[in-house]
Amino acid sequence: MNPVYLDNNATTMVAPEVLEEMLPFFGELYGNPSSMHTFGGEVGHRLKKARADVAEILGCAPEEIIFTSCGSESDNTAIRSALAAQPDKRHLITTRVEHPAVLSLAKHLEEKGYEVTYLGVDEKGRLDMGELSRAIRKDTALVSVMYANNETGTIFPVPEIAALCKERGVLVHTDAVQAVGKVEIDLAKLPVDMLALSGHKLHAQKGVGLLYVRKGTPYRPFLIGGHQEHGRRAGTENTAGIIGLAKAMRLAHDNMAEENTRVKALRDRLEQGILASVPDTIVNGDPDNRLPNTASIAFKYVEGEAILLMLDQYGICASSGSACTSGSLEPSHVLRAMGVPFTFAHGSIRFSLSRYTTDKDVDLVLEVMPKVIDTLRRMSPFNEKTPPKQACTC
Amino acid sequence: MWEYTDKVRDHFLNPRNVGSLDDANAVGEVGSLACGDALKLYLKISDAGVIEDARFQTFGCASAIASSSVLTELLKGKTIEEAKKLTNKDIADYLGGLPKEKMHCSVMGQEALEAALAGYLGEKAPEHEPEGELVCKCFGVYEGQIRRAIRENALTSVEEITDFTKAGGGCGDCQERLQAILDEERGRQADATAGAAKAPAKGLTNLERVKRVTEVMDEEIRPNLKKDGGDIELVDIEGKTVLVALRGACKGCPVSNVTLTEFVQKRLRELVEPDITVKEAGK
Repeated sequence: MNPVYLDNNATTMVAPEVLEEMLPFFGELYGNPSSMHTFGGEVGHRLKKARADVAEILGCAPEEIIFTSCGSESDNTAIRSALAAQPDKRHLITTRVEHPAVLSLAKHLEEKGYEVTYLGVDEKGRLDMGELSRAIRKDTALVSVMYANNETGTIFPVPEIAALCKERGVLVHTDAVQAVGKVEIDLAKLPVDMLALSGHKLHAQKGVGLLYVRKGTPYRPFLIGGHQEHGRRAGTENTAGIIGLAKAMRLAHDNMAEENTRVKALRDRLEQGILASVPDTIVNGDPDNRLPNTASIAFKYVEGEAILLMLDQYGICASSGSACTSGSLEPSHVLRAMGVPFTFAHGSIRFSLSRYTTDKDVDLVLEVMPKVIDTLRRMSPFNEKTPPKQACTC
Repeated sequence: MWEYTDKVRDHFLNPRNVGSLDDANAVGEVGSLACGDALKLYLKISDAGVIEDARFQTFGCASAIASSSVLTELLKGKTIEEAKKLTNKDIADYLGGLPKEKMHCSVMGQEALEAALAGYLGEKAPEHEPEGELVCKCFGVYEGQIRRAIRENALTSVEEITDFTKAGGGCGDCQERLQAILDEERGRQADATAGAAKAPAKGLTNLERVKRVTEVMDEEIRPNLKKDGGDIELVDIEGKTVLVALRGACKGCPVSNVTLTEFVQKRLRELVEPDITVKEAGK
C-alpha cells in the first residue's frame, strides 16, 4: 500500500530531479571541495555554483550564505552569534509558538542569565506588533521570529517586523524553515539580518540547511575548526546535500505560483470536506494568512494519537498537535499559546500537503475521516450529551 | 511513533466491551479532558459479589483505549476480592508491556476500578482521591497518588513518576517537589530495608526471633494500638508463626483481621523476618 503522505511539514520526499543532481557526488565526484587538485577543485566549482544559485534565488550575495546541517543548526548559530557579538546586550525577544530549535535554546539561555521575552499570539496565532514594539529595549540583542508556523501555517508579518527592528537598531533573525519554497522571499527587499532554512522541508535531503547572514551583521561562528564557509562554519561541506538543496530551491522557486495554487485548492477541499462531514470540528490558524499546504484541524472530544493511529491503518500519514505523539504529555505549545480549548486541542491533526499530493489522496482522507472520528467519539465518555463535568482550569 | 505490542494494537483497533452499561451498579470515573485522558468504567456486580459485566468509555490515546479494553476483559467473572487485587502491572503485562511513557494509562485503569469498587462497597476510594497537596497543577495530580505510585511500582526517578502519573509532564514547575517526595519515599523504603536487614542471611535462631519480636511488639506495635484504645499481647512463637491475643478495643473489633495482617504482621515482616505469619491465639 502506497502511503497517502500528508506530513510534509515534518519532512518531504526527495524530488527525483534533486536526487539525480546529487547522485554524481556519491560516485565519481567524491573529491573534497577544499582540495587544491583538479579532482577536488571540480567539486569545489560545483559547490560555488550551488551557492550562487541559492543566493540568486534568495536575492542575496553568495558570500552571505553559510551552508549548515539543518534548520536547528542555522537557528542556533544565528541566535548564539547575535548574543556573542553583542556581549553588553542580554535581552532576546522571540515568540511562544517557535519551533523547539529556538524555544529550547531560549530556555537554555535564560538559565545562562539572559532575559527572554516570549511574545504571545491571538486565537489565530497572530502576533501583536504593538506588543513587539513595546518589548524592544536598549539591551535587546535580537528579535527571533519564525516566518510561518510549522503546526498551523500562520504566517507572521516578517517584513514589518524586520522594518521595525531596523528602525530600532535591533538585529532580527527569522526561522523560515517552513516558509521557503511556499512564500516569496526576496532578501534584497526583506530587511532581516539572518534567515534559516532547511533542505528536507522542500524536497531536498535531510542533513542540509543554510543560514543567510546579511553583510555587515556582527557574526561569531558556532562551529570552529577549518576554514570552510570562509571560517564561519567549520567542517567539510555536505557537497551532495548542498547541490541537492540548490536544485530543490530552484524547483520550488520556479514553480511556486503554480504549485501553491494547486496545493492550496487541494488543501481547501480537504478542510472544507472534513468540516462538512465531521461535526464539532475547527480549523486552527489564520484563515487569511496561512501557508497554502497546511491544515491544522481539531476534532472535539477525541485524542490526537488515537486519530493518527487509526488513519495509519488506512495508510494515511499525518501529524498530531497533541501530546502523546511527541513524547510530551500536554497539547502542542502552539495550540495552547493560541488558547485553543482543551476540548479541541487534544484532538488536533495536522495535514501538510506537497507538490506530490493528489486528488486521490484527499479523496481517501475525506472518505476515512468521518468513520475514524465517529468510532473514537462513540468510545469517548465526553460528547455533546455528556460534556465533561470539570471545567478546564489550566 | 510509539512501539506498541500486537496486543495493544489489537485492543486499540478492536476494543472489547465499549460503551455504557445501563444496569451497572458500580461506576468508576477518573481523568479529565484537561489531562488528555479519561476513563469511565461500568460494572455489573451480582448479589454474590461477582462481576458479571464490564464496559468502558475512554477518551485518550491508543494505550489508554487498549488498557481500558483489557481491564474489562480481565474483570469479567472475577469476584470483588479478586478484582481488588488487580493492579496496573497486570493490565500492562496482559498487553505485553506498554512504552514507559504510557504507564499512566494502565494506572488510570486501576484507579477507575478502585473508584468503582469503593463506590459499590460504600468505601472511600484509595489514595487517588485528592489527598495531600496538589503537586502537579497541569495534570491535577495529588501527593497521595504520587506516593502510592512510587511505592507500588518501586519508582526511582522523577521521569518514572511522570510516566506513571503524568505529574511533572507539563510546565515542569513541580519537578523539585516530585524529587523531594521521591527522596522521602525512598528514605522510608531504605529504613524498612535496613530494619529487615537486621535479620542475618541464614535466618534467626529461635532465641533471636523471640527477642526481636518482643522488642518490636513493645516498642512499636503496642504503643500504636494503645493510641486507639486497643492492645496486643504476645502469646507464643511457633517457628515463624507468632501467636497473639488482642486486648482492649482491638478485641472484638470488626476489622481486627486487617489490624493483624496489615499492621502487626506487616511491621514484623519489615523489621524482623520477611516470612513471619501472625495469628490470633485460639483461632
